[in-house]
Amino acid sequence: MSSVNVNVKPDPTLNSQAAHSHEEEDHRMFGFIVFLLSESVIFFSFFVGYIVYKTNATDWLPAGFEGLEIKEPLINTVVLVSSSFVIYFAERFLHKENLWGFRLFWLLTMAMGSFFLYGQAVEWMGLPFGFKDGVFGGTFYLLTGFHGLHVLTGVLLQGLMLGRSFLPNNYEEGEFGVEATSLFWHFVDVIWIVLFLLIYVWR
Amino acid sequence: MSNASVETRPNSQLAAPDPQQPEPGAPENWRRFFSFSTDHKVIGIQYIVTAFVFFLFGGLLAMVMRGELITPDADLVDRTVYNGLFTMHGTIMLFMWTFPMLNGLANYLVPLMIGARDMAFPRLNAIAFWLVPIFGVILTASFFVPGGPSQSGWWAYPPVSLQNPTGNLINGQSLWLVAVALSGVSSIMGAVNIVTTIFRMRAPGMGWFKMPAFVWTVFSAQIIQLIGLPALTAGAVMLLLDLTTGTSFFDPVKGGDPVLYQHFFWFYSHPAVYVIVLPIFGVFSEIFPVYARKPLFGYKVVVVSSLLITVLSLVVWVHHMFASGTPGWMRMLFMFSTMAISIPTGIKVFAWVATVWGGKLRLTSAMLFGLGGLSTFLFAGITGIMLSSAPFDIHVNNTYFVVGHFHYVINGAVVMGFYAAIYHWFPKMTGRMYYEGLGKLHFALTFIGINLIFLPMHPLGLMGMPRRVASYDPEFAFWNVIASLGGFLLGVSTLPFILNMLSSWTRGEQAGDNPWRAIGLEWLVSSPPPHENFEEIPIIVSPPYGYGSDEPLVSNNPKGTFEESAASTQIANLAGEAN
Repeated sequence: MSSVNVNVKPDPTLNSQAAHSHEEEDHRMFGFIVFLLSESVIFFSFFVGYIVYKTNATDWLPAGFEGLEIKEPLINTVVLVSSSFVIYFAERFLHKENLWGFRLFWLLTMAMGSFFLYGQAVEWMGLPFGFKDGVFGGTFYLLTGFHGLHVLTGVLLQGLMLGRSFLPNNYEEGEFGVEATSLFWHFVDVIWIVLFLLIYVWR
Repeated sequence: MSNASVETRPNSQLAAPDPQQPEPGAPENWRRFFSFSTDHKVIGIQYIVTAFVFFLFGGLLAMVMRGELITPDADLVDRTVYNGLFTMHGTIMLFMWTFPMLNGLANYLVPLMIGARDMAFPRLNAIAFWLVPIFGVILTASFFVPGGPSQSGWWAYPPVSLQNPTGNLINGQSLWLVAVALSGVSSIMGAVNIVTTIFRMRAPGMGWFKMPAFVWTVFSAQIIQLIGLPALTAGAVMLLLDLTTGTSFFDPVKGGDPVLYQHFFWFYSHPAVYVIVLPIFGVFSEIFPVYARKPLFGYKVVVVSSLLITVLSLVVWVHHMFASGTPGWMRMLFMFSTMAISIPTGIKVFAWVATVWGGKLRLTSAMLFGLGGLSTFLFAGITGIMLSSAPFDIHVNNTYFVVGHFHYVINGAVVMGFYAAIYHWFPKMTGRMYYEGLGKLHFALTFIGINLIFLPMHPLGLMGMPRRVASYDPEFAFWNVIASLGGFLLGVSTLPFILNMLSSWTRGEQAGDNPWRAIGLEWLVSSPPPHENFEEIPIIVSPPYGYGSDEPLVSNNPKGTFEESAASTQIANLAGEAN
C-alpha cells in the first residue's frame, strides 16, 4: 500500500457529512431541471428555424391566406398562463397538507390545460392550410403541435398525480412528482408565451 | 508482479465467494453483463464491450472501402454500395463506437473517482445503455431494406438525404434518422445522469478543484451534450417529417432551406467532436502523471480550459460551412472563433508535455498509447489550424485533406486514448494484469497503421482528390495504395488486443488494488471494486495528483479499517457458509 492510504485523524465536521451521504439523497429534482434546460434547446432550435424562415422566405404565407386570427389564441393564452398560478396555489395547499384544496386547484389546472388543448384543436380544424403548405404551414404545425404534445403530457402527468394523491402514505417520501409536474407546467407556459409572440403577435 | 501479490489481503485467500467482494478475473456470474443491471460498473463494461463490437464492424466497412480504393477503378463494390459504406462507417464510428465507449468509461470511472456508490439514477443509466443495442440493430437493419442503407454521408445533408429512390416509407435514410434520434435520447439520459452525479454526489472534501481532471472533462463534455444535442434532434425531426410526410422544411424545390439543416447539424456535430475528445484529454491528464511520477502540470489551468473549450465549441460550427454560401462576415467570425479554440487546447498540450518532461517514465502499454495519442493529436491540431483559415479550407474543401485531418483526431487521438484508458484501468476493472508484450505489439501495429493510412490522405487532398468517391484518377494511385495497406494493418492490429483482453481477463496475473501505484480514489478500493464501491465514503483532504509529496489523499479508509474489514469479511464468509 502506498502512503496514500495512511489513516490520519478524522476531521469531525467532515465525518458528519460522510455519515449524511450514507442516506439516499434525492437528486431527482436536480436531474429534472437539467433535463428541462436541455429540452428547452429543442424549442429554441425550432424558434430559430421559424425566425430564419420568416425573415428569408419569398412567399411566407400560403396563397390566399391573410394571416392568423389572434382572438381565440389570445383567450387560450390567458387561460394557459393563469393555470400556472392555479397550479402554484395547488402546490401551496399540498405543502399545508390541505389535500382537498390541493385536489380542487389541481383539477382546475387540468381543466384549464384541457381547455387549451380543445381550443388548439378547434383552431387547427378551422385553418385553410395544412402542414404541407410551404414552410409556414410546416413550422406552424410543428411548433404548435410539439408544444401541444407537451401540454398533453402535462395534463396526463397531472391526472397521474391526482390519482396518486388518493393512495395512502403517498407523500411520505416527499412530493417530487407534484413538484416536477408543476415545474413542467410552468416550463410549458413560458414556452407558449414565446411561441405566441413569435407566431401570432409578430406580423 | 511481486508488488501485487504482497498486497493481496489475507481474506482473499479464503475460497468462499462474497457477493460484496468480486473475485478477480472473468466473473462466474458473467450473465449479469447481459442483464438489466443497474450497477454502474456493470453498465460501464456493457457500454465498452458493445461499443467495441461496433468498432470492429465499422472498421470492417472501412477496410472494404480501402479495398475498393487500392485500385483507381470502381471494381470491388458497386458505387451505390460504396456510398452506403462510407455513410454507415461514419455513423457507426460516431454514434455506435465513440459515444457509447465514452459513456462506458464515464460510467465506470466517475462514481469511483468522486467517491460515490453509484450514479444518481441507476435505472435511467441502464435504460440509456439498453437503447444502444436497440438503435444499433435499427441502424444495421438498414443494410437489409430495399435500396440499402442511407447513402447521404454521416451528415445526411438535404436534398440528397430527401431523395428516397425506392419510395418506401421504411428506407435506409428513415431508419438512419430513427437510430440517430434514439441515440440522442440515450445520450441525453446519460448526460442528465452524469451531470447530476458530478454535481451532487461528490464525496465530502472533494471541492471542484479537488476533482480529477477526467471528471472535469467528462462534465464539460456532457454539458455540450445537453446544449447541443437537442438542436440535432430538432433538425432530425424536421428532416424525418420532410422524408416521410412531405413537409418542405429543407426541400429547396418547395421553398425550404437546406442550409438551415446544415446549421442544426453542425451546431451539435461540431461540438460533438469535443464531446468525444474532451474525456480523452481527461484520460491523458490521468495517465501521464501516473507513469511519469509527477503531478499534473498546471492542474487548475488544465481543468478550466476544459470549460473554456465547452463554451467556445458552441460557437465554431460554421467552419464546416465555409463553402455553403456563407456570407463573408460570418466566415471571418467563425474563422477567429475556431482559431481561438486552439488556445485552451494548446494549453493542455503544453501541460501534458510539461508533466511528462523530466519524469521517471514507465513505458507501459497505457503510457505508450497515451504518448502516441498525444503526438497524433498534435499533428491533427496543426492541420486543424490550417483548416480553420477560410481561404485554405475552401481550397481543400471536401478533399482527403479533411478526411486525413479528422481521422488523426478520432482514430489517432481518440481511439488511442481509449486504448490507453482500457490498458490503464483494465487491472481495476478485472482484477487481472494484461500481457505487456501483446499490449506493446498492439501499440506498434496501431501507431504504424494509423500513420500509414491517414498521413497519405494529406498529400492526396492537397493534390485535389475528392472524398466519398469509389474511383479516382490514376495519378492518385501511389498514396492510395499505401493508405490501403495501412488500413489493413490497422485491422490486423485489433487482433493482439482482443487476444490480450480475453486471455488476461480469464487467466492473467492477479493485479492487486493498485498495480500502478497511482493516486486516486478508484485505486484505494479492491480490484474489481466491490458492489457499491466504498465500504466507507472517503473523505478527501488533498488535491489530486500528489505524486512526489507524501500527503495522503483521504483521511479515512474507504475499504474500512484493514484488520476490521478482514475480520468482518471472514465472519461474513463463515456466515454465508452456515446459511
